[in-house]
Amino acid sequence: MIYLDNAATTKIEDVSFNAMLPFLKEEYGNASAVYEIARRSKKAVFEARKQCASLIGAMPSEIFFTSGGTESDNWALCGAYESFRKKNTDKEKSGHIITTAIEHHAILHTAEYLESLGVSVTYLKPDKEGFISPEQVTGALCDDTFLVSVMTANNEIGTIEPVREIADAVKSLRKDVLIHTDAVQAFGQIGLQDISKHVDLLSASSHKLGGPKGVGMLFVRDGVKFSPYIRGGMQESGRRAGTENVAGIAGFGAAAEYSFAGLDAKISAETALRDRMIAKLADITDVIVNGAYSEGNFSRRLPGNVSVCIKGIEGESALIMLDQKGICASSGSACASGAREPSHVLKAIGRADDEAKGSLRFTLSAHNTEEEIDTAVEVLKDIVGRLRSRG
Amino acid sequence: MSKTVVVGMSGGVDSSVCAYLLKEQGYNVIGVTMQIWRPENACDVSDNGGCCGLSAVDDARRVADCIGIPYYVMDFRSEFQKWVIDHFAAQYVKGLTPNPCIECNRHVKWEALLKKARDIGADYLATGHYARIMQLENGRYSISASKTAAKDQTYALYALTQDQLAHTLLPIGEYEKGDVRKIAEEAGLPVAHKKDSQEICFVPDGDYASFIEKEDGVTVPGPGDFVTPSGEFIAKHKGITHYTIGQRRGLGVPAGERIYVTDIDPATDKVTLGSNDDLMTSVVSANDLRWMGIEGVGDGERVRVKAKIRYNHPGETGYLESAGDGLVKVTFDKPVRAAAPGQALVFYDESGTYIYGGGTIIKT
Repeated sequence: MIYLDNAATTKIEDVSFNAMLPFLKEEYGNASAVYEIARRSKKAVFEARKQCASLIGAMPSEIFFTSGGTESDNWALCGAYESFRKKNTDKEKSGHIITTAIEHHAILHTAEYLESLGVSVTYLKPDKEGFISPEQVTGALCDDTFLVSVMTANNEIGTIEPVREIADAVKSLRKDVLIHTDAVQAFGQIGLQDISKHVDLLSASSHKLGGPKGVGMLFVRDGVKFSPYIRGGMQESGRRAGTENVAGIAGFGAAAEYSFAGLDAKISAETALRDRMIAKLADITDVIVNGAYSEGNFSRRLPGNVSVCIKGIEGESALIMLDQKGICASSGSACASGAREPSHVLKAIGRADDEAKGSLRFTLSAHNTEEEIDTAVEVLKDIVGRLRSRG
Repeated sequence: MSKTVVVGMSGGVDSSVCAYLLKEQGYNVIGVTMQIWRPENACDVSDNGGCCGLSAVDDARRVADCIGIPYYVMDFRSEFQKWVIDHFAAQYVKGLTPNPCIECNRHVKWEALLKKARDIGADYLATGHYARIMQLENGRYSISASKTAAKDQTYALYALTQDQLAHTLLPIGEYEKGDVRKIAEEAGLPVAHKKDSQEICFVPDGDYASFIEKEDGVTVPGPGDFVTPSGEFIAKHKGITHYTIGQRRGLGVPAGERIYVTDIDPATDKVTLGSNDDLMTSVVSANDLRWMGIEGVGDGERVRVKAKIRYNHPGETGYLESAGDGLVKVTFDKPVRAAAPGQALVFYDESGTYIYGGGTIIKT
């Protein structure tokens, strides 16, 4: 098997697996209890909080563990809305959110839900490489804007957004507007050590950087008044109730520390593999690279992301044929049924329907080898040849 | 090397056993469920347990896992919308009675799905239909009745081409329905006791008129007149999409004797109500012809056939002849009841064993 779908999920790193093991067996204490075995669980959660915080230059007290990136995104938007409502009890202002047309559905569907409650939402359209500019965001500010949410990097096309510049531009005009970024695809993949100095809220997920599924976090900058989303006990400083998933959190922390320590090496390895694959794919005629690709912009693309549209083929058929050869790829974000959704991201960057149909996404990791990349491209060439000859 | 076959899996017992049997026979089997529902009504359809909801995908996936075959969901929403739903609505608006299963088989399963199956390297497409494929002495392929007479699905398959038939496997046709369930039970397939689907899958509540009203871009004809066969006004009706030929219930017209819809005229929005006798006809004509067991009928040629005018029609004997310009007519030995324009006229050899061909019934 050649695994090239690391934006969907990643292999669990050994350090993460080993960090989890005690808490799946003998270390079963409830982190909220008073005795020794519970204190060891509590300590593991605190260690993980430190490990996750250091990736974004935050304080451990600013990290709140959740069930994953989707919960974090839901919490960020709904929590910001609730804070706005508390401040504006007169109901005169309906509230306004600025986000982008290329966010993950965890953001888009939550924004649509808030629209159903009366909030107005601006969905900014990116340029043809997927970039949102600070000017676009500041230009969309309204009197009652209470939140800006722009993803750190896009899951489909890999474009890295200028989130710091966007945050600073907004804050220079409006200190009261909260800035959220969905960093699920960027956390542990690119350097984010300074991002906590710019944004108020940041979502991340464990299983995208070598940790287990079912764990994520929301960074809430110190001093931001923010309501809980899951109510109940006093876990996570009373901001996120529910007995801690100690094993998952420990695994998340270990994976975060591991990727932070090896970040530079990981980035250069993945970048080399990515550029090798894109260069080889150019042998196939009529291949369009999606996302940041123009001169000077390649560094503004996630290191492991290869997203292309191949004209004259159906990505859906190509994916199945790749699977038959043991190669795991994707054509966008996975959905409940397993079928392909027409990609809202590819539409937003201007791909025509027939181009978007031929989209394929390979997301590489430092575990991949040059041989794997070369094999995948050769297999793909045969597949494209067959599909094109059949018309 | 063993041949590869894509099995269209609905999550029901028949297509599940189809996949199981082919795997047992040594084929390299790939399971595929066609995604044909639209996101906004996914919940409605799956709640009603139709053949195409998310729950169907879950069932099919569990079966594929149980058999040990790769399984995929393929997106056919735009094809299904265009060839089946749009066509269904357009026909109703024209006062016709379409059969969407025929359109789905013809355009979605045996054009779009078969093409994709062959694209990904499969030699055949297989489905769980109750029908068999036979090669005749003249070299042509035809569809013949399944071993389970009560579940005969040949009628809905008449439009398949020779090339499509050459790349199709219908293993369920060799079995009785009871045996199919028994095979599923013995193989431990998780759908062995699942109920068969009945209604048109995209209108699970059977209310066609309100389904059509909700379709984008369809202008539904408004109320019109119920009239007698001689044209006298009886009462107002709700609009022609609410009626089909032969309908007796839901007319809302008090009458001494039993009355039926005997004619629908989209040009004047008139719906004629008449007696059962008015529904009887000996001659039925059809266009949009597809030939299967025979290449066609020559001018002046009269071929003895058994023909069916709807899905559950047992068939009636008669003779088939050309009616010029892409038309045929069947003159039945005994009159048939309520032949509805828009339904298929499917002709078989005189014993009713295999299909000669078929077409769409037109008003004469």
